Amino acid sequence: MNNKETNLWQWISHILLAVLCILCVIPFILLVSASLSSENDILSDGYRFIPKHFSFEAYDYLIGNMAMIGKAYGITVFVTLIGTTVSLMMTAMLGYALSKKDMPGHRIFSFLVFFTLLFNGGLVPTYLIYTQVFDIKNTIWALLVPGLLMNGFNVLLARSFFMNAIPAPVLESSRIDGAGEYRIFFQMVLPLSLPIMATIGLFTGIMYWNDWNNALIYITDPDLYSIQSLLNQIMQNIDALKNANSAYGAGAAAVELPGETARMAIAVIGTLPILIVYPFFQRYFVKGIAGGAVKG
Amino acid sequence: MIKTAVSKNRQHSVAQQGMYRKFKPFLPIFVMMLPGMIYLLINNYLPMFGLIIAFKNIDYSKGILGSDWNGFTNFKFLFQTTDAYIITRNTLLYNGAFIILGLFMSVGVAILLNEVKNRFMSRTYQTVILLPFLISMVIVSYLAFGFLGNEQGYLNNKILPMLGLEPISWYMESKYWPYILTIVNLWKSVGFNCIVYLAAIIGIDQEYYEAATLDGASKWQQFRTVTIPLIAPTVITMTLLAVGRIFYSDFGLFYQVPMNSGMIYDTTNVIDTYVFRGLLLNNDIGMSAAAGLYQSVVGFVLVILSNFAVRKFSKDNALF
Repeated sequence: MNNKETNLWQWISHILLAVLCILCVIPFILLVSASLSSENDILSDGYRFIPKHFSFEAYDYLIGNMAMIGKAYGITVFVTLIGTTVSLMMTAMLGYALSKKDMPGHRIFSFLVFFTLLFNGGLVPTYLIYTQVFDIKNTIWALLVPGLLMNGFNVLLARSFFMNAIPAPVLESSRIDGAGEYRIFFQMVLPLSLPIMATIGLFTGIMYWNDWNNALIYITDPDLYSIQSLLNQIMQNIDALKNANSAYGAGAAAVELPGETARMAIAVIGTLPILIVYPFFQRYFVKGIAGGAVKG
Repeated sequence: MIKTAVSKNRQHSVAQQGMYRKFKPFLPIFVMMLPGMIYLLINNYLPMFGLIIAFKNIDYSKGILGSDWNGFTNFKFLFQTTDAYIITRNTLLYNGAFIILGLFMSVGVAILLNEVKNRFMSRTYQTVILLPFLISMVIVSYLAFGFLGNEQGYLNNKILPMLGLEPISWYMESKYWPYILTIVNLWKSVGFNCIVYLAAIIGIDQEYYEAATLDGASKWQQFRTVTIPLIAPTVITMTLLAVGRIFYSDFGLFYQVPMNSGMIYDTTNVIDTYVFRGLLLNNDIGMSAAAGLYQSVVGFVLVILSNFAVRKFSKDNALF
């Protein structure tokens, strides 16, 4: 293979990947541009990649509605922090327990965790159990618990890390030194497991931040809307209004609903934190996908 | 169970001494395991038993156990409708298209990424390609709306007039949605999958390429004779696992992106959206529960079958 061919392949790769990257980014540009346009431009001219007239009126709207948006933001941050922390603890502790092969009942417990990956009850019974038995409709628990708090896949991921990456002699020697099981776990195992915890934590955090599904199913109280469910709600209300308008003639226009640009601005601030944090964690993220997606 | 074991052991009966010795060192371990196991019981196992409601005539006032049995009536109603056929067809065809197109795109992009010698650029490309994977489907539906919106959308406003075409009411016409949803799915998922394949490609021993180069193989020949065969196990495994999940679909994609528009259910309704609408919008819980059980059971069988197939190819990658 000669140099010329290598060079050619370099060029081809760069060009194709650059095009792909542009395709990945373009929708975001449209979104940000719309949020920075003046409402009139959008209404008369539609979405554009570069605003005709720059305007911060959409963001002014957000600041003016700080009560609603700040609250939703607060709920998202709260749910993400608490959910991720609790989830990591539960996942690590269960994973650690399952990594003890000599534990009585080890096989049964492992199977019980594993079986949840193969079979699940689905939406209807889950909904009925959570609403009829545990009554979590319109409580903050609904945003934290159903489906998100822990999953068997992460537990098994953590387990195999504990089994393979933590040298048994380290644990054995601290046991001989008289350290209890809790101390070993919190002071030896967890610090050594930073890579896997970072990966699982990152995925869990993103999941909580992005979740709108639980709110859609369990939340009807606007006081408990997270930023994603607020966005979801705004979009649905606009649809509902549009349908109503076309049905009853253009009478009741959307007065209270945020305009096109403000909606886009909410979408921007709902996405921004992830996009800002993500590059710093990219390494863990890629590692997590590469290491975890295939192996169970 | 643990507690009774302990309290009984306190009695120090001789027969139980052995049990006590066996369990005592693991007490802290059991305690650590407890929160997770309780959660799985509530979140996973109770709903599994809750599946029996598919055979009941649900009455909220009587609860899950108290509602009257009605045998296979729910299923009879479900499979008498054309819905059952449409949602099954849509679920299978969409997932089939996602699996096949996604495979080609992801492997292709992974190969390209591996070619890039400049590490900084390679990392930058990876970062950008993964962006769509990070955002929620609600945001995706906003992005899609920016292009497809009736009056303000970019397509109706800029692209179609440029081509001299009439504006299209995207959210009203079902024939476009197979393409739209496939594009959105690829846009969102290729980044993730290509990282998996990239990891497989990076794992290939460089000596194979050196040997191929010495033999005068061109780049293209190297792809065909080294890269593709050596990542085949990963490709087959990923594909089989996806086939195992072919009865499940991404609820967000099919609910959010088409904006729950009734005009286009024909091509956007899948089992997951059908179950959701039956349960929470149309108050048609019997049918919804029947469809859910249908999905759970067929899905389970497919997962098991696909896993057996994976085991044939590579035991390491099988789930069990």
